[in-house]
Amino acid sequence: MYGIGILKTFGVTVGRFVTTFADDLKWFLKGGFGKRYSPEALPERQSPRGRGVFTVQYPNEKLIVPENYRSFPFQVIDPETGKTRCTACGICAKACPPQCIWIVRAMDPETGKAKREPAEFFIDVSICMSCGFCVEVCPFDAIKMDHDYEIATYGRDAGEFVWDLERLSKPLAHHAAIHPTQYAAEKAEQEQKAAQKKARQ
Amino acid sequence: MAEEILISQPTTEALSTLEQHFPGAAQPAEYEGIVIAPGHLGKVASFLRDQLGYDYLSLVTGVDYPEATAQFPARFETTYHLFRSKGGGPLVLHVHANRDDPVVPSVVGVWPGASVHERETWDLMGIRFEGHPDLRRILLWEGYEGHPLRKDWHEVYYEEEKKPFSSRHPEGRPVQAEERAPLGCNLRYPPDWSPDSWEPQAEMRVYAPMDEHVGDNGRSMPTDQVVINFGPQHPSTHGVLRMVARLDGETIQQLEPVLGYLHRCHEKIGERNTWLANMPFTDRLDYVCSMSNNFGYAVAVEKLMGVEVPERAEYIRVIMAELTRIMNHFVSIGFFTNDIGVYLTFMLYALEERELIIDLFEMASGSRMMCNYFRFGGVARDLPEGWLSVAKELVYERIPRRVEEFEKLCLENEVFRARTIGVSALPADVAVAYGCTGPLLRACGVPYDVRRAEPYSIYDEFDWDVAVGHNGDIYDRFKVRLEEMRQSLRILRQALERLPDGPIQSKKVQATAKVPAGEAYGRVEAPKGELGFYVVSDGTANPYRYRIRTPSFANLGVLGKISRGHLVADVVAILASIDITLGEVDR
Amino acid sequence: MVEEDNTLMTTENSSLPQVPPELQDNVRLMPWDKLYNWSRKRSMWPLFTGLACCAIEFIAAAASRFDMGRYGMDIARASPRQADLFIISGTMTKKMAPQVVRLYNQMAEPKYVIALGACAISGGPFKDGYNVISGVDKFLPVDVYVPGCPPRPEALYNAILTLHAKITNEPISSLRWYQKDGEDEGIPVPVLGPDMVDWRLMYKVPPLERSK
Repeated sequence: MYGIGILKTFGVTVGRFVTTFADDLKWFLKGGFGKRYSPEALPERQSPRGRGVFTVQYPNEKLIVPENYRSFPFQVIDPETGKTRCTACGICAKACPPQCIWIVRAMDPETGKAKREPAEFFIDVSICMSCGFCVEVCPFDAIKMDHDYEIATYGRDAGEFVWDLERLSKPLAHHAAIHPTQYAAEKAEQEQKAAQKKARQ
Repeated sequence: MAEEILISQPTTEALSTLEQHFPGAAQPAEYEGIVIAPGHLGKVASFLRDQLGYDYLSLVTGVDYPEATAQFPARFETTYHLFRSKGGGPLVLHVHANRDDPVVPSVVGVWPGASVHERETWDLMGIRFEGHPDLRRILLWEGYEGHPLRKDWHEVYYEEEKKPFSSRHPEGRPVQAEERAPLGCNLRYPPDWSPDSWEPQAEMRVYAPMDEHVGDNGRSMPTDQVVINFGPQHPSTHGVLRMVARLDGETIQQLEPVLGYLHRCHEKIGERNTWLANMPFTDRLDYVCSMSNNFGYAVAVEKLMGVEVPERAEYIRVIMAELTRIMNHFVSIGFFTNDIGVYLTFMLYALEERELIIDLFEMASGSRMMCNYFRFGGVARDLPEGWLSVAKELVYERIPRRVEEFEKLCLENEVFRARTIGVSALPADVAVAYGCTGPLLRACGVPYDVRRAEPYSIYDEFDWDVAVGHNGDIYDRFKVRLEEMRQSLRILRQALERLPDGPIQSKKVQATAKVPAGEAYGRVEAPKGELGFYVVSDGTANPYRYRIRTPSFANLGVLGKISRGHLVADVVAILASIDITLGEVDR
Repeated sequence: MVEEDNTLMTTENSSLPQVPPELQDNVRLMPWDKLYNWSRKRSMWPLFTGLACCAIEFIAAAASRFDMGRYGMDIARASPRQADLFIISGTMTKKMAPQVVRLYNQMAEPKYVIALGACAISGGPFKDGYNVISGVDKFLPVDVYVPGCPPRPEALYNAILTLHAKITNEPISSLRWYQKDGEDEGIPVPVLGPDMVDWRLMYKVPPLERSK
């Protein structure tokens, strides 16, 4: 009969329509009216098993970004020294594909030699493509990728998008909080190196 | 039969045959292929196509050698990559032209698909092709001053010849590029030019190939034919594509795509970048499937570097590539159904699946779209914990269910069938001659898939079939995409089961690593067709020539031919069924 | 991100009269500005166009996971005459510049522009390309900039909420399209020549120095 195909299409769409309400009912039976919007329900609704409404109600609900997520870089402040771990080696500036990292190496005014720290460090985030190469090549674990994506601004005054060392610095605790697995691996490696050094002495 | 097809030395075999038939025309090239004298190119091309079976021309590109190389003098070199549609490796031809007025005979008569590639080579490199029916600029506009890919041509924001720039470290204070430019922006005008006495001609030249309406249309009432624009801003053109069409009523008499509205100068920037820095730029080519673009570039450069990829990394690469294929086909059929009139419903179903797949990509690589995951010799980082279980859930349960749902939604629907069956039927020989690849070609009945024709990575270890259609119309292209999704699921099931442990990178590549001198053409079966990277290295840390052969650019060459005689609404459906992404078309 | 001012907003030269206590349950006063701004920001229709990769994130933001209908913006109009918000999502190239400027000129006021992504802010990673305009604000007045390459759909929604906050805090008397002498003739549309011809430059720079 002509029209069976169209009826099958409708069958699928109506089936989806009914499934969203059936899923709602399932959450209601689990815990009442607000259960569908609880933080425990969000990962379940957003997983491959989710059958109902797929929407994330931003800004009330926010998806938890995975650990590897790359937003923009930040400099790690070592709690012992109070300064960044960066030694101004310049490898990240060389590796950056759009060349958006500018580093001024600090000079010791008495000896005239270069110090192993940056006098100034700039990243132009209006050019940054969030590739993560600066993080991959840094030998000192000084620069890491942040998770913050809520950075919309109004103006483009001079320097709005060129972030300097102060704006880029965040404490080590922030890195440990957003990258738990990486931080644990880095700590284990540091402890292993320290143990090896001690064994050699 | 298999030995006959997959000749492992196409160059040697072709060289000896050519020396018999055309003495003096051919000599071996410096790195790969054969150098053909320009006068003999036409006859040699016909001979190769008819006698030796090289009926598929993949790429025509120009390379600028302002200085003499080891064997040959300074020249403009045009390189052709030929394949047999039965399978096998490339036969590479080089033709040299002098530096003052480079002219090369056109091969459009032999392989019509060379038309768009030759226009691009004229546009960006300045090599003129004699005998080309319509040699206009394709990515830039008529009237543009200069040929940008030449080595002596510098852009307005030029800083240094190669990255990394010395101004970034150790005395790096940020200077905006606008402050260095004379006019404060990215513009520059010739010294003898004044806007008062100048007529803009770029817009009018776009309409140049539109013929005059000649003859009557068989009706008693005299009618006019109208030239319209499907402008760059159009809800159905998948991005900034412009099509100029001459209509008789609603029927298309002639259609020409106008490209270049998203030309972002990948190749010029690519020559300034280091080898590794080009990897995130390849993400932005076909921005829907970034993992496949990474794969193609990695395959090409690994041919030059000669690195081995560890087994776990190969499996991860195949898993990512097949997930990308499924994701791209979901997007393609979703947008296609949107364009034929099912406003948003099926597109939202398809985009829901895409979101689940890119969740996986984000867990592994760090970004939903611009994954930047592949490295030379492996992948960037290992799969995190919990990734495999989510992937298995998707591959074993969710995606097969959704593919069956899409089949039920569309394939028997009478309206869908009326819109798609018989529309833009493309014969197989025309498709091969125009250089079409991907589902567009396979729907015509030609089982050409790069994963089978010239296997790369570990695709020959899996058990899977090539999805083929029969008529080459839109319905078959849709069916081929659904079937390819099923075959990808088959590969994924095997790969996820057999994923071994081990290292994921053979050797950590330095950011400014040097690549040995040579040239290579690495190609993969991207979801839209054959994606190839032609890379030439002079032994330094930056590419000498970086040319990207994208499937969407080549497939668009056939759009004008297959739209003829169809209605305006059909053109939208045809364009959606070819499945293009403008980042790839214009690069 | 600027917080929305949800208290009753007063403009520079107005002050709300006091409602007597016995009528406070029945009478509610609101300045015109607040009603006007609220009705504008809660149904801002975006222009259905995208230039490059960020357009895919715009489409993903409009799809079912990050539903744009919740903000009243799910009706994306293809015609600029009917759209309020131009989300520039992608690299603006010189070849496309005349079209983008024409689209902006054809939009009816009130109109807003969001520059989505690094390419729209400053040309992004393609800044030194010969066919790339290094930032859409060389031509159009941008209200909100969203860094990222590409920004997540949630970042786009953050930008839209930032724009809502801007609209809420704007008194009507300060809007440029309601000024008595502010007749907008549109931005001069560039033309494609030996390089893209930007008419505003032609008459600003003296002829001798024009082509250094």
